[in-house]
Amino acid sequence: MRKHLGTLGVVAAIIALFALAMILGTRQAPGEGEAFVGTDSAATRHIEASQPGYSPWFKPLFAPSSGEVESGLFALQAALGGGLLGFVLGTLRERRRHRAAAADGAAASDAAAAPPEPRS
Amino acid sequence: MHIAEGFLPPLHAAAWTAVATPFVIHGTREIGRTIKAHPEAKLLLGAAGAFTFVLSAIKLPSVTGSSSHPTGTGLGAVIFRPPVMAALGTIVLLFQALLLAHGGLTTLGANVFSMAVVGPWAGYAAFRLLAKAPFSVRIFTAMALADLATYVTTATQLALAFPGQTGFVGAWSAFLGIFAITQIPLAIIEGLIGVLIVKALRTWAAPELEALGVLGRSQTRGEASTEKVSHA
Repeated sequence: MRKHLGTLGVVAAIIALFALAMILGTRQAPGEGEAFVGTDSAATRHIEASQPGYSPWFKPLFAPSSGEVESGLFALQAALGGGLLGFVLGTLRERRRHRAAAADGAAASDAAAAPPEPRS
Repeated sequence: MHIAEGFLPPLHAAAWTAVATPFVIHGTREIGRTIKAHPEAKLLLGAAGAFTFVLSAIKLPSVTGSSSHPTGTGLGAVIFRPPVMAALGTIVLLFQALLLAHGGLTTLGANVFSMAVVGPWAGYAAFRLLAKAPFSVRIFTAMALADLATYVTTATQLALAFPGQTGFVGAWSAFLGIFAITQIPLAIIEGLIGVLIVKALRTWAAPELEALGVLGRSQTRGEASTEKVSHA
């Protein structure tokens, strides 16, 4: 249990930071229609405001047709990454267990194969 | 940190592409070399790529009332050295530019330079400089710094391109206000996630990490001896 105490502490800290951001962040932008707007689009807006003469000279080749499609594609990206990461971690874990078992088996068979201690 | 498509003047876009290209080419070769020298580390390489893939897909809320996403490049930078991340990060950014209209092809060079070059190198530098610190502290700092440095670089790139009426310094502080402050709590979260992942990798992939030089011999031996004790 003590081994997992550190892990639990780190998970708790992540959740606490997330909650703190939700609370403080909601207070930061009161009544401004959209809370938690992405920094990328905030920067784009800042450019449009500070340099009204600038117009983007290239358009994305493909853009998701709606917010729903976009969030779906983001979820796809996260799923691909999370899926592969989980596969690797699971494989590594099983491999280590197999190796530990194999090492134990080898040690046991070594002990069995070794000539018995001469009795005196 | 994604500068939107078309939101860098052509000259800046071309310059950043020229700066980033050699890093990506070198990184791609470095992946080949790493796989040749450490074939057993292929799984870990997949993990490093997958980690930055999933983390950069997640937008987290921050205390400033805006949201932003972590980068996840520090993990691979620490395990495989930064050049490898230049190539892996580019794959992530291309995926987002082509499928999500997030970032863009004209701004790919600038985005690669911030997320896949500066971030990984900053994280790796912190990891090496803190050689005497506890391992978790080194990982935390490397991951958090790789995240933060990426956004500071983006703010610098935008301030160079759009100094406006306030000049470079004024524009820089404005862009830093948008990016960097928001990013601080997210960088801390990313650092903590990194600590968890590396803890798992140290338990399950200690031989690879040792072969790659991430874990010193003494650290692995300490780990192995405690393992034996718990095993018995």
